[in-house]
Amino acid sequence: MLVNWSKDVEAALAEAKAQNKPLLIDFSAAPA
Amino acid sequence: MPLEAHIKEHPAWFHRFDALWTPTVLIMDAGGVERLRIEGYLPKNWFRARLEMGLGRVAFMHKKWAEAEKIYTGVAESHADTAVAAEAIYWRGVSKYKATNDHTVLGEVIIELGAKYPDNEWTLKGLPWAH
Repeated sequence: MLVNWSKDVEAALAEAKAQNKPLLIDFSAAPA
Repeated sequence: MPLEAHIKEHPAWFHRFDALWTPTVLIMDAGGVERLRIEGYLPKNWFRARLEMGLGRVAFMHKKWAEAEKIYTGVAESHADTAVAAEAIYWRGVSKYKATNDHTVLGEVIIELGAKYPDNEWTLKGLPWAH
């Protein structure tokens, strides 16, 4: 399944609030 | 809703959310409050179980007892081969108790935990419920 990752924290927080959905944040140091 | 934060691209986010180690995964509720933190790698099925526990926690903290109970039941049944299932059984019982105020529910929880996961930390946490 393809995950549509956001890369804008403020937009993600705002969208989670607007849609009343949880937000998952993945903090990584893995090589791209 | 998924957000990716790489240490090289967004170091300020690590500081903002107190992420001191990678991988770290946070589950935030819609209000931006952290409800679950996973630090370190997990096998795929354990990770999935932990994520579902995060959703259960979101429901629980918003006092959506029936929704929380349903999520915890799913974890307990679908990930019974992981230790996470014991935690799910514990919180499923607490959710049911919160919804009903029936303390006998908690007695049933410790019997189930003792039978299925006798050495698990959540079984120890439920011992005061044993009659």
